Amino acid sequence: MDTYETEVLIDEMLESHNSESNPLIPILQKIQKSKGYLSMEALRLVSEKTGMSPSRVYGVATFYHQFRLKPEGKHRISICKGTACHVSGVEDIYESLLKVLEITPPEDTSKDGLFTIQEVRCLGACSLAPVIKIDDIVFGKMNTQKLQTLLKRYKEE
Amino acid sequence: MKTSDESFFGDNEIRINVGMSTCGLAAGAKPVYDAFVDEASLLNIRAKVVNVGCIGACFAEPLVEIYSRNKPGVLYRNVSPNNVKNILRNYLEEKIENSWAIRDHKGVFKNETNIPILYELPFFKHQIRDALENCGIIDPESIDEYIKTGGYEALKKALKLSPEEVISKVVNSGLRGRGGAGFPTGLKWKFTRIVEGDKKYVICNADEGDPGAFMNRLNAEGDPYKILEGLIIAAYAVGAEEGFFFVRAEKPLMGERLDKAIKQSMNLGYLGNNILGSKFNFKAQVILSAGAFVCGEETALMRAIEGKRAMPTPRPPFPSTKGLWGKPTCINNVETLAHIPNIIKEGYEKFASVGSEKSKGTKVFCLTGAIECSGAVEVPLGTTLRTLIFDIGGGPPKGHRFKAVQNGGPSGGCLSEEHLDLPLDYESLQAVGSIMGSGGVVVMDETSCIVDVAKFFLGFTTAESCGQCTPCRVGLKRMHEILDKITKGKGKIEDLDLLKWMSKGIMDSSLCALGRSAPNPVLTSIKYFSDEYLSHINKKWCQAGVCDALSKTFHVNVEICKGCGLCIKECPVNAISIVKPENKAQINTNLCIKCGQCQSSCPFGAITEVD
Repeated sequence: MDTYETEVLIDEMLESHNSESNPLIPILQKIQKSKGYLSMEALRLVSEKTGMSPSRVYGVATFYHQFRLKPEGKHRISICKGTACHVSGVEDIYESLLKVLEITPPEDTSKDGLFTIQEVRCLGACSLAPVIKIDDIVFGKMNTQKLQTLLKRYKEE
Repeated sequence: MKTSDESFFGDNEIRINVGMSTCGLAAGAKPVYDAFVDEASLLNIRAKVVNVGCIGACFAEPLVEIYSRNKPGVLYRNVSPNNVKNILRNYLEEKIENSWAIRDHKGVFKNETNIPILYELPFFKHQIRDALENCGIIDPESIDEYIKTGGYEALKKALKLSPEEVISKVVNSGLRGRGGAGFPTGLKWKFTRIVEGDKKYVICNADEGDPGAFMNRLNAEGDPYKILEGLIIAAYAVGAEEGFFFVRAEKPLMGERLDKAIKQSMNLGYLGNNILGSKFNFKAQVILSAGAFVCGEETALMRAIEGKRAMPTPRPPFPSTKGLWGKPTCINNVETLAHIPNIIKEGYEKFASVGSEKSKGTKVFCLTGAIECSGAVEVPLGTTLRTLIFDIGGGPPKGHRFKAVQNGGPSGGCLSEEHLDLPLDYESLQAVGSIMGSGGVVVMDETSCIVDVAKFFLGFTTAESCGQCTPCRVGLKRMHEILDKITKGKGKIEDLDLLKWMSKGIMDSSLCALGRSAPNPVLTSIKYFSDEYLSHINKKWCQAGVCDALSKTFHVNVEICKGCGLCIKECPVNAISIVKPENKAQINTNLCIKCGQCQSSCPFGAITEVD
């Protein structure tokens, strides 16, 4: 998405915003949804168009977990690190995920650009712990073997 | 509990409810749903396959219930697409042997003797459903079905009363906020009502962020209308014309369902101007939270809606006087609002007839972790942990032993076996250093390490601290480091006092409830599981085998050992002896502190480390 597209998107959001709530977070959400992350250029544009200071926009973008400032891989793997998942052994799955995808934190995206790992605090499917989500699909009762099969399926897509 | 009414069928002969909440979908409900649609069309029967919410029995997902006119629902658990064909064909021939339960009455089907009634199963028989009554029964995207179960009757009734009368009903019910703190809901409404102001707001806090809690998601996914009706009544009572659902972005289905409910209700005149012919105007919208645990704090949540960093502000002023954009604002949790329609419709006396003296009504708890039947259950407040975990949840899985229960989320307490008979109400939990919180109940067995769990919670609260107050921002991090040290075998006995001292400092000097309660899991676990901390510190031993550095043992390979006794001399705790008649060294693992001196002293390499 180039600068022009981002501008159009912000304008549209500002035009359609008819509630009294502040449009900043919805705009950032929209840009991230469309581009996968918030570039510095996009944040600068948001600041210009909304009249909010760059520090305010950057401050909000870095405060909330949902926003990321780096490009994302093709698939996003959200790994749930909630309590139920923790006591059900999600750490082993996380370790194996890093190993298989050859990712070393703080990096979070595989070199082939296929996968980005995101730690999330709770997906709310605790009864099926441990849980991971690939893009929008939630997979419950994970184990390292199931994970391998899943990753293979996504890689071959 | 309600059963589906005849008007739910339309022109169809049977109705097939497939539980398709987030949990059901994750367990594979979508292919099951598709298989029923295909099979019904193959058999050429008039069947209505409905995507319903969750009845809370997550352990039984994917869960399917089949109704036909004038017959009780028949439930099937853990259904896979492969057995759909058999289930449907057998059901049509009235053969239901392989079902899980029959909903509410018997005497209809052949060969039904061995099949239990749903509400007599241990998981259901202790439950009283109010907030969750429609979940898993009605189509959560059909306002008609909600209305057929008595939906919006409460709003009609409320609009005939004065706002003050509505408030007094809620005050009399004794309903307390279900989001955690337990503040009386009626009073909150009253405080917002009496403040003079041209503009007021109501907010439904659906930013469910407690790990281990999913009752709000389940409630809003399964019956969004009820929560919306609760919010509309709240708005009428406090005098607000605009309201917001603040929904966690990680739980998107909840937002979609609420959004649909708003649009449909708008079309039918339950929202908008002059609602149901009255002078009351109200509009509502869904706002997706960008994710911050601290938004559970009311003042932080309002900053998020204002498009700022979600940092709590000092109270007073309370939101009821100065909230969103400085206007009087009333914030209620999803579950709190879900109770409102029945309080108005059926009377506060009914609501207050269950529960304990100071904690009235029912509460939803989410049972997870090492438990046989995990899921969400709604029980009267004051139910004991034992009933919840053992009678309803079936206790830990076979072969495992109950060890601890963490209730109330990351700010709650880690309780032990001695607390099992504790009634779950706001005061009793506080007395033992825990909180009601949102109602998450994570059960742990012998495979969980208490120190590791305490470290996990501190890791969570450290990451979620908004960073405004130094004691919370820095203190929690330092406490996390100390716990990390203990789990790596580098803890000192003084660390325990240091942790307690820091906890007190953080709790005394933080602005909001996050900092004030974050040390709870550490304090309660030190208090109730001191042995385990001492074992980590003194014996360098993690009994659960979770802490890698402390779960290794040293082992003597008797084939190689010459019985020279050098290791015995090196061992600082006299854990090694020579065993006769073979004259080989043997390590007493109860005494061993895993220092590894024996291994380095052995000239033959006979001592090895094993996991």
